[in-house]
Amino acid sequence: MFDRRLFTNFDWTLLGVVLLITAFGVINIYSASSSYRDIGTPYYLKQLYWIVAGLGLCLTVCSLDYHMLEDFAYWLYGGVLILLVLVLVAGKTTMGATRWISLGFFNMQPSEPMKIVIIMTFARFFSRYPVFKGLTLKELVQPLLLLGIPAVLIMKQPDLGTAILVSLIAGTMLLFVGVRWSALGTIFAAAVPTVVIAWRFLLHDYQKKRIYNFLNPDLDPLGSGYHIIQSKIAVGSGATFGKGFMQGTQSQLRFLPEQHTDFAFSVFSEEWGFVGCLLMLTLYLFLILWGLGIAKRCNDRFGSLLAVGVTAMLFWHIAINMGMVIGLMPVVGVPLPFFSYGGTSMVTSMVGVGILLNISMRRFMF
Amino acid sequence: MKPLNNILPEDDGGGRRIIGLSLGACVMFFLLLSRLWYLQVISAEDLIDQSENNRLRFVPVAAPRGAILDRNGKVLVSNTPSFSVAVIPQDVKNKEQLIDNLAHYLNLDRTEIETKWNKGQGRAKYYPLVVASGITRDQMEFLEENRLALSGVNIEMKPIRAYTNGSLASHLLGYLGEASEDELNSERYRDYNAGDYVGKSGIERAWESYLHGTDGGRQIEVDARGRFLRTVAETGSSVGNTVMLTIDLEMQKAAEKALGDQAGAAVAMDVNTGEILAFVSSPDFDPANFTGRMPPEVWKKYLEDERHPLENKALKGMYPPGSTFKIITAIAGLEEGLIDEHTTIQCTGSYKFGNATFRCWDHKGHGEVNLKKSIRESCDVYYYKLAERLGVDRIAKYAKLFGLGAPLGIGLENEKGGVIPTQEWKLKRFGKKWYSGETLPVGIGQGYVLTTPVQLASMIATVANEGTIFRPHLVRRVVDSDGKVLQDFAPQVLGKTGLKPATYRFVKEGLLAVVNEAHGTGGSARLWEVKVAGKTGSSQVVKLRDSKGAVPYRFRDHALFVSFAPFEKPEIAVAVIVEHGEHGGSAAAPVAGKILRSYFEGKGVIKKPVPKAAPTEEEGGEGVAEPDDAAPATTKPAPATTKPAPATTKPAPATTKPAPATTKPAPAAGSAPGSDKRGRDVR
Repeated sequence: MFDRRLFTNFDWTLLGVVLLITAFGVINIYSASSSYRDIGTPYYLKQLYWIVAGLGLCLTVCSLDYHMLEDFAYWLYGGVLILLVLVLVAGKTTMGATRWISLGFFNMQPSEPMKIVIIMTFARFFSRYPVFKGLTLKELVQPLLLLGIPAVLIMKQPDLGTAILVSLIAGTMLLFVGVRWSALGTIFAAAVPTVVIAWRFLLHDYQKKRIYNFLNPDLDPLGSGYHIIQSKIAVGSGATFGKGFMQGTQSQLRFLPEQHTDFAFSVFSEEWGFVGCLLMLTLYLFLILWGLGIAKRCNDRFGSLLAVGVTAMLFWHIAINMGMVIGLMPVVGVPLPFFSYGGTSMVTSMVGVGILLNISMRRFMF
Repeated sequence: MKPLNNILPEDDGGGRRIIGLSLGACVMFFLLLSRLWYLQVISAEDLIDQSENNRLRFVPVAAPRGAILDRNGKVLVSNTPSFSVAVIPQDVKNKEQLIDNLAHYLNLDRTEIETKWNKGQGRAKYYPLVVASGITRDQMEFLEENRLALSGVNIEMKPIRAYTNGSLASHLLGYLGEASEDELNSERYRDYNAGDYVGKSGIERAWESYLHGTDGGRQIEVDARGRFLRTVAETGSSVGNTVMLTIDLEMQKAAEKALGDQAGAAVAMDVNTGEILAFVSSPDFDPANFTGRMPPEVWKKYLEDERHPLENKALKGMYPPGSTFKIITAIAGLEEGLIDEHTTIQCTGSYKFGNATFRCWDHKGHGEVNLKKSIRESCDVYYYKLAERLGVDRIAKYAKLFGLGAPLGIGLENEKGGVIPTQEWKLKRFGKKWYSGETLPVGIGQGYVLTTPVQLASMIATVANEGTIFRPHLVRRVVDSDGKVLQDFAPQVLGKTGLKPATYRFVKEGLLAVVNEAHGTGGSARLWEVKVAGKTGSSQVVKLRDSKGAVPYRFRDHALFVSFAPFEKPEIAVAVIVEHGEHGGSAAAPVAGKILRSYFEGKGVIKKPVPKAAPTEEEGGEGVAEPDDAAPATTKPAPATTKPAPATTKPAPATTKPAPATTKPAPAAGSAPGSDKRGRDVR
């Protein structure tokens, strides 16, 4: 298995871009948390530990041939599904939501691995599924069930952000496989009543409130609406060149909520301005296009699907987080990959990159 | 490698769609970039202005803490408003001058304000920082009048604790204090701010997360000098949850009154559920002293008192159980088949083991002693001999079966576990092997044995219900402000002893005799309406050798009594310890009797309006034998003051109320010098 070609073909560009983004992330977390009361290890250091741990996982994932995943995909899917059910039955409740499950020695949040597992499951499903001229409505039933079950379970926790993400990732993969226009049209027509039902029965009050607040932030200037207003002020006041490192008044005076996690980019925008944002956006766009390039260059269908899925996962995180920070999207707790503080997100994103590296360096293996 | 059919078919159109997805991504990034352009370039001027003049301030509205109620919903702790002074560092123009002014207006020490100010460093600058709390209404009005000189100062109203019953159950309820630096830095108090009050002990600490409400806040706009302009928005605070205890206020009062000013502890427990009905540690303290600034002399008084008023003796006091432990030794003997109810031994007043002599508390000896008599009259020799045959490890096995030697998990911090020695324990603890001579005192609850009052209550409750150990608990339920029950505590069984029913029957008959028969040592716990069973004990604090004259307070023996009632169908168990009370029968048993009485009065089994002195007088006037039981018990281990015959020499103290009776022993001991050579005699 371990062939020299693997090393010569190693995708240093991809890893380099990712490391560059994480470096900016750590510097930014340093600034964002500098006004915090210190509790134990500072956040930027903890983030460094997570990066190291994430890299370890990333390299482990890329050292094993990704074709193995094809055999495991359904098993993993079943396992995580069981965990999702367990969370609802016996999970730990914090801040009104039950997302964690205790596995004795550590706690885990099974909705997070579901993001990766749904990618593998869809890749496995479509890798041996001949599609001509796109999927018909009938052919969509099975994959939509595969997606629907975990999505509903996650929404029940309730964790709207992750449920939407999992759906967007799967949806993007479906578009890649190809869906007939007739099927798309029918789905769109059916989506309207579904949204009405979801609004009435599945969404929690706080989630509805967030959407209301998004539509009209002045409704709740203390709660999530306040976050959007303050974040917009932070981003805008950064102007072209920013206020400078550690000089953001909005963040240093703590007007921003969760400024080291979900609103990390808002701190960055304030301190580095439009120029800094342009750089970050370029890096992220490069990452996405590179990921799609890996999918295109890959010779087998499973690998291609996998690469598209992982890239979609990163893309939607980036789009939703940035959209939220600059007031284009409602406040849903979605972190910015490689940039926001947080171990869970770092691990998931790094595993994703591991898969991309894996596919990239094995593209000449046939 | 996978089969080749995995390879992408030429006509799939995958490549075309990759380009489509790439275009989609580019469009999205272009949208993001446009928005950033709009915010950071086009609207920059306006938003920079907004950020520089961010005049929104957050004023927290403190949530009232949840109330603590007794089992019937009577209020034990609630809230009352209090005023405090806060500064918003962002709006303060001249810090030094402001501190001077505040110190002047509030008549406070300058450094005290400064310390609090510095404690809040590192927090958001627009967030109010409490620098003085508990100010009077006059001071508040004075500050309001001088607002102009006090730019950046806010006066906040916040609710503080009101202790409806003063110092009642103070150890159990606990007190509040400002969160310390360490606490603020710990994970548990993440969401707390400097100046917040948190539970420091007792229920207040253990149930902090439930009692603590969710603070609300007002978003206000201020002018350039930090003065209030308008309220932009407001979120209400929500009151903390109500914690309903298992404690019965009336019993708690009765128990505290019964213990009086003696140091010690009393625990009353429901035999069939493990609910604690009364939980007393004496002397107590006034929790209100801890809210706001405690005068240093009060603090000093608490710390220097040799009777340790701040210590929760019921939970953390570890005492040798003395003769109450004979219950365990007797059970071990019966279960191991070493004795039965007929087995007798000869008690000559002492027992020679090797070259040591172990004395019975009655130096004249008890003569022929069977199990029932050994419990009733608390014969030490019987238990020396039994312990010798059992060995320490077998005694420990049964003690542990009854939950001794480890914390029971009552739900308060720092619960102590006590000590039940074994051979292995001694080797680990001292690195020395066990000597068989050390087993004998263990049989009578001396030596290394240590128990807490809570454990003793649980132990006697397990004897009463014949084998079920319930987890002793203090909280019945937690209710939120809407009256919704958040947690309801059902009885929790920690274990079953699984012993023969006959074992319990024989031991309980002995316990009944202790209180109700002639020569029983616990006659002063007797109730006429209900059959009480129990066991006295006194445990050595120090080994006394040939003590002459009055024994100093701190060297006197501890008095213990464990009991349950009614005998036929037990409902309640009570354990009492009176520190340096000397004799279980005279000092602890009457306290237990009064607690039991208040329980049955509450249930309507005993009529309430009985004149205060009546029970004791009635008891004294009843038979000849009963007061005698109390009499020997009140006196020092002097041979002259023991059983029936000498009792006639001391009828007077015995017939009086227990309180004066406890003052008697010292002179009695003085009159009988040279009582216990080895200091082993304990009852």
